[in-house]
Amino acid sequence: MKRLLWRDATLTFAALLVAAHVLAAIAAPLIAPHDPLAQNIIARLKGPSADNWLGADQLGRDVFSRILYGYRTSLAVSLGAVFASLLAGGALGLLAAFYKGWFERIVMRCMDALFAFPVLLLAIGVVAMLGPQASSAAIAIAIVYTPIFARLMRAAALVVIESEFVVAAKTIGCSDARLLVRHVLPNLASVMIAQTALMLSAAILVEASLSFLGLGAQPPSPSLGLMLAEGRNFLMLSPWSAIFAGLAILILSFGFNLLGDALRDRLDPRLRGG
Amino acid sequence: MFARLILSRLLELVAVLFGVSLIVFLMIRLIPGDAVAIMLGANTEITPDRLAELRGRLGLDLPIIEQYLRWAGAALRGDLGVSIWTGRPVFDEIMAQVGPTLELTLLSLIIGAGLSVPAGVLMAKWRGRGADAVLRIVSVVGLTTPSFWLGIILILLLAAVAPEAQALGYVPFSQDPLGNLGRMILPAIALSFPIVAQLSRLVRSAMLDALGQDYVRTARAKGLSENAVVYRHALRNALIPFVTSLGVTAGYLLGGAIVVEQVFAIPGMGRLILGAISERNYPLVQASILVVTFAFVIVNAIIDVLYVVLDPKLRS
Repeated sequence: MKRLLWRDATLTFAALLVAAHVLAAIAAPLIAPHDPLAQNIIARLKGPSADNWLGADQLGRDVFSRILYGYRTSLAVSLGAVFASLLAGGALGLLAAFYKGWFERIVMRCMDALFAFPVLLLAIGVVAMLGPQASSAAIAIAIVYTPIFARLMRAAALVVIESEFVVAAKTIGCSDARLLVRHVLPNLASVMIAQTALMLSAAILVEASLSFLGLGAQPPSPSLGLMLAEGRNFLMLSPWSAIFAGLAILILSFGFNLLGDALRDRLDPRLRGG
Repeated sequence: MFARLILSRLLELVAVLFGVSLIVFLMIRLIPGDAVAIMLGANTEITPDRLAELRGRLGLDLPIIEQYLRWAGAALRGDLGVSIWTGRPVFDEIMAQVGPTLELTLLSLIIGAGLSVPAGVLMAKWRGRGADAVLRIVSVVGLTTPSFWLGIILILLLAAVAPEAQALGYVPFSQDPLGNLGRMILPAIALSFPIVAQLSRLVRSAMLDALGQDYVRTARAKGLSENAVVYRHALRNALIPFVTSLGVTAGYLLGGAIVVEQVFAIPGMGRLILGAISERNYPLVQASILVVTFAFVIVNAIIDVLYVVLDPKLRS
């Protein structure tokens, strides 16, 4: 793993970028120069300065500190949602590939129906029903991404399950559970890890879209999408809050996408340089 | 053979539409607590009489299977109910606001698809270590740029360059074609930016794949010009994965349009759905999602069949 990291500069760069963001989010209370909720009337709508590095918003709250805390919301929602959909979708896809028959047919038809919705539209619908808040956004993202993981897992698992070593393990009387956990899953891990990074990148954008629409985290909690929505109303007076919040979303999503992209390349030699 | 293929696609389509309708129908069950009380509580005082009346009007006092059959049956006849608050048919409300969203989606699809083919071909021609790394970074940046943020940046840029230009709002095409396109161009650029990044990369790798095939070597061997090889032979085959991905792209754009509309104050489906959410008008939310998704699925199925018609390899 270590050698792999050094061999690929893109992968290293992406991994560092992601790690830095996760650390910054965790250590936000230590790093943030201001309380993200503290209002300072004098600093209202001010541009970047020594005191407010990235400026202050319409209530005089420090944009840099709010972005750091916004990363927390963004990462908590995206990580929670993507891992939930990885578990649910991965398990469904794996079992569908393994047991086939009516189970596979029913599961995959359900996944097809879920997959048929435009992602954001279904997410908006789920949030509308659950009530606008960060946890609803997480549930909505988990639901819309489940079929994507299920389809990918099933397609990848079908190949592995047909391979000789799995058939051989089955012949010598390996139990289903052991077969799946010890023989099939380890061969699918790499594909799923790369896909997880890519889905995280997309989930960050969906979460930001939902909170931009007012359907995610609610004010006054610091959320990147919400900052962008609030900043939009003061665009001509002071664009800083909106510009930097959007840039923060971009960089966070970029890191995960580049990571997934580089991982996929590494794992699939056919794609190298392609 | 071809008829059988169409028939199997048709059955698949019906199955997916049934599943979609079931999911939309069941969506309302996600509401924590009594949906009817929540709907009523948004606008009026809750009394047992009003609760029972609304419940009866929405058919929520029936067994669930009967509820679904009634709801789906009515929807098939184009009757999606009346809006709880305005009393107007939901279908009419959707039709009144779907125009700008469709226009924005279509315009973005045209811009995105139109730019990504030449861009992808060029990228395939400039193959090399340095260029590959740069292209990868650029395309990932493009892909992860939030379009609603890009929209805001474009508004700021326009305000700086031409302060008197009107960037926000919407005028129907039939009223003022130039004003309509003038206002739609910025949102369409913002919305299509990520798909240009994604699709051009797809075209590029399909082109590289095609250029390595035997038939390209044959074409070169028989002395065809480089342009003929690239455009007549390689590109035609490279476009196949591109065409199939347009369906997913359209879905992405449709969802994105709802968000970008809000940035540019365009009165489309986004405004309708968000308004319905804040009024807790759940049937309108359900109906909007159902109509848009049905239209989307059916258009995709048609493209799917066209694609088989166009690709001789799949026909046999």
